[in-house]
Amino acid sequence: MGYDPENPMADRITDIGPPHFEQMFPPVVKNNYGKWLYHEILEPGVLMHKSETGDECYTVRVGAARLISVEHIRELCDVADAHCDGHLRWTTRNNVEFMVDAKAKVQPLMDDLKSRGNKFPIGGTGAGVTNIVHTQGWMHCHTPATDASGVVKAVMDELFDYFTSMTLPAQVRIALACCLNMCGAVHASDIAILGVHRKPPMIDYDQISAVCEIPLAVSACPLGAIRPAKGTNSAGEEVKAVAVKNERCMFCGNCYTMCPAMPLADPDGDGIAILVGGKVSNSKSMPKFSKLVIPFLPNTPPRWPETVSAIKNILEVYAKNARKYERVGEWAERIGWEKFFEITGIPFTIKSIDDYRLAYDTWRTTTQFKFTSHIK
Amino acid sequence: MPKHDTPMIDELESGPWPSFVTDLKRQAEKSPQCWDILGKMELSFRDRITHWKHGGIVGVFGYGGGIVGRYSDVPEQYPGVAHFHTVRLNQPSSKFYTTEKLRQVCDLWEKRGSGMTNMHGSTGDLVLLGTTTDQLEPLFYDLTHDLNWDLGGSGSNLRTPSCCLGKARCEYSCIDTQALCHHLTMHYQDEIHRPAFPYKFKFKFSGCPNDCVAAIARSDFAVIGTWRDDIRIDQSQVKGYLNGDYAPNAGAHSGRDWGKFDIEKEVLDLCPTGCMRMNGEELQIDNSNCTRCMHCINVMPRALRPGLEQGATICVGAKAPILDGAQFATMTIPFLKVDPDNEFEEVVEVIEKIWDWWMEVGKNRERVGETIMRIGLPTFLKVMEVDVLPQHIKEPRSNPYVFWGEDEVEGGWDRSVVEFRKRHAQ
Repeated sequence: MGYDPENPMADRITDIGPPHFEQMFPPVVKNNYGKWLYHEILEPGVLMHKSETGDECYTVRVGAARLISVEHIRELCDVADAHCDGHLRWTTRNNVEFMVDAKAKVQPLMDDLKSRGNKFPIGGTGAGVTNIVHTQGWMHCHTPATDASGVVKAVMDELFDYFTSMTLPAQVRIALACCLNMCGAVHASDIAILGVHRKPPMIDYDQISAVCEIPLAVSACPLGAIRPAKGTNSAGEEVKAVAVKNERCMFCGNCYTMCPAMPLADPDGDGIAILVGGKVSNSKSMPKFSKLVIPFLPNTPPRWPETVSAIKNILEVYAKNARKYERVGEWAERIGWEKFFEITGIPFTIKSIDDYRLAYDTWRTTTQFKFTSHIK
Repeated sequence: MPKHDTPMIDELESGPWPSFVTDLKRQAEKSPQCWDILGKMELSFRDRITHWKHGGIVGVFGYGGGIVGRYSDVPEQYPGVAHFHTVRLNQPSSKFYTTEKLRQVCDLWEKRGSGMTNMHGSTGDLVLLGTTTDQLEPLFYDLTHDLNWDLGGSGSNLRTPSCCLGKARCEYSCIDTQALCHHLTMHYQDEIHRPAFPYKFKFKFSGCPNDCVAAIARSDFAVIGTWRDDIRIDQSQVKGYLNGDYAPNAGAHSGRDWGKFDIEKEVLDLCPTGCMRMNGEELQIDNSNCTRCMHCINVMPRALRPGLEQGATICVGAKAPILDGAQFATMTIPFLKVDPDNEFEEVVEVIEKIWDWWMEVGKNRERVGETIMRIGLPTFLKVMEVDVLPQHIKEPRSNPYVFWGEDEVEGGWDRSVVEFRKRHAQ
């Protein structure tokens, strides 16, 4: 049996949804569902959860690339078969967790993981840098302004010691989105790596009539910079097209999303912006957006040294100066953003002053500020 | 398929973090199209630009979502990835797996695609990365028949719902996130698979205000567990922390010497409402002033637990910046029952109220948060038929431009300017 192309609707099964989560639980999780009392991080990457039944669940967390092969998954399964009765899980940040029901089973599991080269780094817990959530980049996306997997690998290589330790003032969440669509939703991360374009779209007059609905392209622009206009294709014929008021473009790329005849990616125009100080958790302070502190760094594959060193600098200045429990954004707000720029040595530029919608909310409307070195 | 020279990406094989390049080469021994993935990736590294074309609509019969079409703009150079469509598998709630099931997915994907995956996509799906159009129907057949597994969402539909690990392995969870996530996923299969909305719509379920799935930042409909009675205190365990028997914050800070645990500095002073105090060795909480931020519970999990009257806060309308700027979800319903025994009917009712309104007034490609921004929170609250509360705002408006209704004003709006002029000369 199997799919019959002559009869595609035969025996069709639809709308069955995912497998039920309970089939996937290890016994210690199933038996203690909703009965957990407290947890403790025994060492970086190792958690113990205590149940009111007296049971304990030990978890070993390892980092992984988000882009992984089925061969790699099979090796993860080998480990889970050998130590965890065939169960494992992924976290929301692309880490993999192995769970066992007794302390004595932890060390053999860790020894096994460590014996497999650098494939399964143990860590990603507590006051450290955990895995970077990210998007597709050049691996699979049609709108990126930078790569994803490559940048993440370069950054995590450099920050590796923070993944395997818990020495920071609080957890630091790093995220990467390869364009302003932000499939990676980096708008609420301690440190956000964001692909940005800097050249307005080109107009492909040979394609535009065939692939675009002109009104949709026009309405796609949040700033009204696109209007219907005639153009000339390479055969010299007049075609219905659009014109772009370049000085009004904020390089969001929404026009290209709606109209494939308006590409804007460019090797020199594209690069990375760094935003900091966002958080999702409601703990202590309210959720915060990430703020743009470095407007542009070039795309320099394979290892993006400018981006890597900018992130490391922010992280280390934060590590040195923030108080215990203080997230990056809480620290920056306490000391003031002028101090943040001063002590990180990041040049403050006009690009960090908002001139988009609701911009006024971010302007300072008080006489309270600090006399940092910016004021001459 | 031949190997390509890949000197640039080969540099990503060194370093302590796991290398996706090494992994791709390993898979290429079994799935030769991976050599073309590597070659094409090298080309992008050299050219500093993507080599994927815009769009491409592919799918399986009867579904409008779940598969994302992708074509190469250099198909002759790298024929193995000329077509490279993505298949989104709806992940089991909170991403627990048995190796048996995962190995079935691996075998299926090695047979039907590139062997490369994303574990997981940003929304939560198990993403199978890269196959050709002719493989889609056979893959879907095998997936549904042999694996008893279905696709997730893409396009203007309900995207694959996701949740934190909740009661499965967390002591903080105030709601059964997995049960809720799975139930609504099954309840709304049609909405996931057949796009009928103005734009994408995301559900995310977090068990507590720590919000480990970023519901408040990333979902149109965020259900976040909370409680409305008193934080449970075990005073003997508070003493344990004071005595240094237990590491604060569950040991999350143990890599640095931060000195002896100081409950004043580390808990009381960091409480956003200042509602805690020590009376000798007894910790006292003025629960009526607590905003349930979780900090004290995070720092002393053995001593403090969420209250027992548990439910969820519903926040609506989060999104990333495109187009009008990023939005967090707006607190809409302070406390809602989340009850598996009645099939979560309270939650379903709220969802459908939002959808009925948004499907009527939402513009093409407008997220519900943008619709609320455009039309106004007051209107949205009326649509939701919720009591208007000071909890809906951070502060009252500072402009006086109130949209009074005619029926709210004595005598209505009909007046005679002639009568007016009799008393008021121009």
